[in-house]
Amino acid sequence: MARTVSTRRRLAFTALAWTIALALFFPILWTFLTSFKSEGAAIANPPSFLFFDWTLENYHEVQERSNYFHHMWNSVVISFGSTFLGLLIAVPAAWAMAFSPTKNTKNILMWMLSTKMLPPVGVLVPIYLLFRDWALLDTLAGLVLVLTMVNLPIIVWMLYTYFKEIPGDILEAARMDGASLGQEILYVLTPMAVPGIASTCLLNVILAWNEAFWTLNLTAAKAAPLTAFIASYSSPEGLFWAKLSAASTMAIAPILILGWFSQRQLVRGLTFGAVK
Amino acid sequence: MKFSKMLLGACSAIALSYPAMANTTLTIATVNNGDMIRMQKLTGPFTDAHPDITLEWVTMEENVLRQKVTTDIATKGGQYDIMTIGNYEVPIWAKQGWLLPLDDLGADYDVDDLLPAIRSGLTLDEKLYAAPFYGESSMVMYRTDLFEKAGLTMPEDPTWEFIGEAARKITDKDNEIYGICLRGKAGWGENMALITTMANSMGARWFDMDWKPQFDQPAWKNTLKYYVDLMTDAGPPGASSNGFNENLALFQTGKCGMWIDATVAASFVTNPKDSTVADKVGFALSPDAGLGKRGSWLWSWNLGIPAGSTKAEAAKAFIGWATSKAYTELVAEKEGWANVPPGTRTSLYENPTYQKDAPFAAMTLRSINAADPKASTVDPVPYTGGQFVAIPEFQGIGTAVGQQFSAALAGQASVNQALDNAQKITDREMRKGGYIK
Repeated sequence: MARTVSTRRRLAFTALAWTIALALFFPILWTFLTSFKSEGAAIANPPSFLFFDWTLENYHEVQERSNYFHHMWNSVVISFGSTFLGLLIAVPAAWAMAFSPTKNTKNILMWMLSTKMLPPVGVLVPIYLLFRDWALLDTLAGLVLVLTMVNLPIIVWMLYTYFKEIPGDILEAARMDGASLGQEILYVLTPMAVPGIASTCLLNVILAWNEAFWTLNLTAAKAAPLTAFIASYSSPEGLFWAKLSAASTMAIAPILILGWFSQRQLVRGLTFGAVK
Repeated sequence: MKFSKMLLGACSAIALSYPAMANTTLTIATVNNGDMIRMQKLTGPFTDAHPDITLEWVTMEENVLRQKVTTDIATKGGQYDIMTIGNYEVPIWAKQGWLLPLDDLGADYDVDDLLPAIRSGLTLDEKLYAAPFYGESSMVMYRTDLFEKAGLTMPEDPTWEFIGEAARKITDKDNEIYGICLRGKAGWGENMALITTMANSMGARWFDMDWKPQFDQPAWKNTLKYYVDLMTDAGPPGASSNGFNENLALFQTGKCGMWIDATVAASFVTNPKDSTVADKVGFALSPDAGLGKRGSWLWSWNLGIPAGSTKAEAAKAFIGWATSKAYTELVAEKEGWANVPPGTRTSLYENPTYQKDAPFAAMTLRSINAADPKASTVDPVPYTGGQFVAIPEFQGIGTAVGQQFSAALAGQASVNQALDNAQKITDREMRKGGYIK
């Protein structure tokens, strides 16, 4: 029998959920509003929420100063490229760990995760030197490679968790029907894990899109993505909040739209296997 | 035979002329400030005169720029052909052999026109290692109306004693008027720029001649106590997180009686578009304590070429143009004299139109001339630098000490505790660096 929830309780929970959601969304809203203010209005105290002289001057200036589409294209290539390459490696790896575990599988998984605990600046110089010697500095290929490596542990972990939810008997049945290993992964496992793979993809694209250490340090002009575009608008001497907000709004807009359209898939993937 | 010789000759001529005709792309790493952004829009005359040179700009926030260019030059990454660097980096990098000397920037460059204080900070063994694009010192900006109301007259060369008295007299916390706004945010280029110059003028120094840290000496205690007491009595709330931009906003909105900071701020606070007090601002030299040294700092943004560059000639041509008198005149023609990059050339300050359009010009020049990075302290020291110590370790040490002083300002530590910690941190790092055995 379903538990009855009183109207008052339901209203309270709804109000709480809205409050939390608005609190989480507020920084983005504030950035968006600030992007339409003059630099003076952006630093005014007390700040004005809606009643200020709205202007598009910041967007005009940002467009005039920077090649937005060049940076956006670089971000698209880097985030989708590293996700694709990461999946190529992670799907077989997660399959092996989920369906053919050895006594060291858990240790390997933990070791992979432990690489995320190292501050990236600790390996900046060796990686910079390798990139210099391999002529990968300021190249999209170099960034795709490094972001694949950076996000690989998370992809493997997520896929491993999803694959563990799939009964091994189904794969075994496919093998008995004569499916090869590749066919088993491609035609049996992958379709069943689509929600998990899709949410892993989306999460990885978002992580790669927002990555701001390697993308800043390993690029100059040619491969600089949107993180470098945003970073160019901060200044310790001079007012910059409004222009920075305009640049930030332009930088997060594509990924926000992608997230909006795919939110159902993302939520489904993230809760995959949560209820049996 | 004759034809083949002609063909060979033609091929040789083409091959020899190729480098001259080849297009050279210069990648320029630069800082996000108004003058540098303006330059990116005004490069037309240069590229018209050098059609074989293409300019590619990489603009970054100061700290990101510093991290990236340092990594690149130290590892010989070769990502940048021209780097925008401060006068902190220039002597250190020049000593390491990381920069090309710039002693041949052309006959009409007029290197002797560079302001002596700025030029000396960029010179090692009589050679210029970077060309200054922009220079600044620090000075006092004050509200003439508040001073008048309080019956005070600001001298052109005030003392710290006068500044303290005036700040306390002007303060009206009920009406959100604070006598003085100073940097409190932790960082070697933030609060430590101000406190180090303040300490220099009060007889303190970072190190003695044996590189022993001096935070345990009375002069440092006097400096930090003066700073914390003054800001507690007459500073704005939350001052420990205020940097240049926060104080600029406070001053522009009429909440500060005085502000001691970079001379470049003068153009912001006198701009009626952004400042509500634009017509009520006066200027004075950074204060002293009667010991013969003023608390003026000296900073310049400069263009340098990494050693080993394969595009040195093109890079020199650009630097020679970007830091020339002709560029100053170009900016004046297109954007007005008030917008020309300040603080690098004597001729600019002798220009009557500039003096008229920039009311802060004379005080800026006096402030720059008052700074002496080669002898900034009362007692002798083994280092150069006004608001910094020109050693590679200073960025780390300066920020760590800045955190201690910021904590003292926030009331999280006493002055004595902050100084004790600063002494320990600095001593440890200097031992690690091999300065102290």
